[in-house]
Amino acid sequence: MKFGVVVFPGSNCDHDAWHAAGRVAGHQAEFLWHNEDTVRGADCVILPGGFSYGDYLRCGAIAKFSPVMNAVKRHAQEGGLVLGICNGFQILTECGLLPGALIRNRGLNFICKPVRLRVETVNSPFTCAYEPGQETVIPIAHGEGCYVADERTLDELEAEDRVAFRYLDNPNGSLRDIAGILNPGRNVLGMMPHPERAVEPLLGSAGGLGVFHSLARCFAERTR
Amino acid sequence: MKALVYVTLKKTVLDPQGATIARALQGMGHPEIASVRQGKFFEIEIEGMDAAQARPMLERIAEDVLSNPVIEEFRVELLQD
Repeated sequence: MKFGVVVFPGSNCDHDAWHAAGRVAGHQAEFLWHNEDTVRGADCVILPGGFSYGDYLRCGAIAKFSPVMNAVKRHAQEGGLVLGICNGFQILTECGLLPGALIRNRGLNFICKPVRLRVETVNSPFTCAYEPGQETVIPIAHGEGCYVADERTLDELEAEDRVAFRYLDNPNGSLRDIAGILNPGRNVLGMMPHPERAVEPLLGSAGGLGVFHSLARCFAERTR
Repeated sequence: MKALVYVTLKKTVLDPQGATIARALQGMGHPEIASVRQGKFFEIEIEGMDAAQARPMLERIAEDVLSNPVIEEFRVELLQD
């Protein structure tokens, strides 16, 4: 399985994502530069955390116009896998691949700490290796991670089983404790917590490894 | 010609920064401040285009780039030279 990790000016979790997918999970992983209009045959594209384009205007607002995002959108429309982490999640909502928006944390603080999550659905390529309802610990690191959407969108996400992760102790005011959501096709996941920072016990938790194991399992089944 | 674009959070979206500013102002001895909503303001210079052409362009820019319609609304003003 081949991962492509997008590098925007200001990305700062790109190497962590590359390390998690490549070194730890053992897949092929390469970087994709923001001004190339291709995902270079990646099976799964990761939009990593950081501050793309300095978070100018709004988080993810400038990144959505970069050439690589045209390729990422095509990849997603063709059913390709896209994982947006933190700033990557913000970019996915800005470009319309995921509904809703991420606004300033309720308490205004930038929060960087491990949080407890519940895996809300295992019916996705990103979560199928977890147990249903499994609780896990993955760190967050964001100032603008409060998930908002209108009531109808929130009801729709729940009715279609598209909430992938929920906070057990909501740190940022996210509506309905939402930490990660799927698109209708279930091939695009956006999440504020950083699974790539929780892939080895040495890092305090290996709770994020399930995301990479899930992707590998799903990919093996798809290509069998 | 100059355009002014105001981008503000929708009334239904929580504005923790505005709320904090309001509390600070009240704490500084302005109890009459009831609430504050923080937004963004853009000053845009336009050349070689009249107002009739500029307005639809600016509305499109404000909708697609300057604001996020999920959480924000905008207002465009045109100032003639």
